[in-house]
Amino acid sequence: MSIMEINGGSVIAMVGKECVAIACDLRLGNQALTIATNFEKIFPVTDRLYLGLPGLATDVATLRERFRFRVNMYTIKEEREITPETFARLVSSTLYEKRFGPYFVEPVIAGLSPVPSASGKPEKWEPFIAATDLIGCLNFAKDFVVAGTSSDKLFGVAEGLWEPDLEWEDLFETISQTLMNAVDRDAFSGWGGIVHIITPDKVITRTLKARMD
Amino acid sequence: MNSLVNRFSTTGAQNELRRAREETEEDDIGDSMWGSVAGFGNLTKSGPTFNLPSVADPTAFLRLHTDDHADPSCRIKIQHGTTTLAFRFKGGVIVAVDSRATAGSYIASGTVKKVIEINKFLLGTMAGGAADCQYWETYLGIQCRLHELRNRERISVAAASKYLSNLVYSYKGMGLSMGTMICGWDKTGPAVFYVDSDGTRLKGDLFSVGSGSTFAYGVLDQGYRWDLTDEEAQELGRRSIYAAGHRDAFSGNTINLYHVKENGWTFIGNYDVSEMHYDGPGNVPGGAPGGYGYEVRTGPSTVAV
Repeated sequence: MSIMEINGGSVIAMVGKECVAIACDLRLGNQALTIATNFEKIFPVTDRLYLGLPGLATDVATLRERFRFRVNMYTIKEEREITPETFARLVSSTLYEKRFGPYFVEPVIAGLSPVPSASGKPEKWEPFIAATDLIGCLNFAKDFVVAGTSSDKLFGVAEGLWEPDLEWEDLFETISQTLMNAVDRDAFSGWGGIVHIITPDKVITRTLKARMD
Repeated sequence: MNSLVNRFSTTGAQNELRRAREETEEDDIGDSMWGSVAGFGNLTKSGPTFNLPSVADPTAFLRLHTDDHADPSCRIKIQHGTTTLAFRFKGGVIVAVDSRATAGSYIASGTVKKVIEINKFLLGTMAGGAADCQYWETYLGIQCRLHELRNRERISVAAASKYLSNLVYSYKGMGLSMGTMICGWDKTGPAVFYVDSDGTRLKGDLFSVGSGSTFAYGVLDQGYRWDLTDEEAQELGRRSIYAAGHRDAFSGNTINLYHVKENGWTFIGNYDVSEMHYDGPGNVPGGAPGGYGYEVRTGPSTVAV
């Protein structure tokens, strides 16, 4: 039994046209026993940046707080919001600090990064997604990233459903169908889901009615 | 001289047969067994025979390739996750099972038939090795029919289950994996026997077998009475498998429900576990109104932080 399979759970992120989506399942288990069906694995970092943390639940809780602390310190010292690119590096180096006794999580980062303009205030936003392994090897993908116990199944479905430049409504449908169909083939993920769609002017959060077995 | 001619001639019935045997490499089959025997062609004299791997210790060889606790990447995977239950009551026997098959964490199928219909009066449930249960319970069906023909009387559930337990005991240590309930109705009334591949055979009113059995027992124990009505009993079986499907990662998808009565078993229905969670069994006799799900009944709780 692998450590990832103790508590179960999966996260996926996808790129759309001037938007990104990140979604997770809601199961918290103790091996085969389902303990809770309201365990969210995605946390907000800034207004346009979210972090998904599937893996060992104790490390999910620890890292959520650790990243909150580090992002707060960054914001105070730099007097500006952290960008998705910088946050990805922060995640990577935080995990590599524990190279020889790692946290058992596979982080997924999804957000919109500001495109610098002449006026100084960002007018355009570029989609950004990334994922790392448990010791912080970054993977910057242009289409989608997956993590957790159903990552192989998520890869398969996403490969079939995703297409470039989806509007946010279509991106929501794509990521929801991908998540739900993948976790229905995984014993350790599912029992409900939650999707966040990040657009330049708002974040849309929806819970999914999914199979409960 | 005749035998010498026969041995080297290319025509004649005996030589046809000899060549057929050489081609199919089935040299242990008696002449009487030729013809369609539905895959049970290896039933030569008293019992079936199996080809063994030509190694010093066949049992150790099999264990090396099937024990997925020691080696998760082994080539032969055996179905482990399951919830099955059977209980005896005033109106007969209720048999209810889930339909999920898993290979590791992968849900390989959600439409497995885990109730094996041995004959009109006997049902067997499937937990552990799917192939082992399917093969030996079908084989048990053959033996039960032969008993009927020889004795002009239907076999009792006690005798049928004892036949199976003696049979699996003779293969003890060779890697058979089955946990089954043999259910039926005979002269003595409704009967349920638990039989497993260790050789255990237990008579009882109420059993549940598989990874989700603890969850099923929880619901079953609090709702069980001898004088349950047929509808109440069917609802209890359905509700118990739902509980296991919801809580156990290796059980779920759909519920298959059977009821054994004096005139044999009847298939009550197939129910989707998620539909039971949100909407309940719907307009069925004895069905509770609304969904079985905890949050469906009590309203959404606060999100854990």
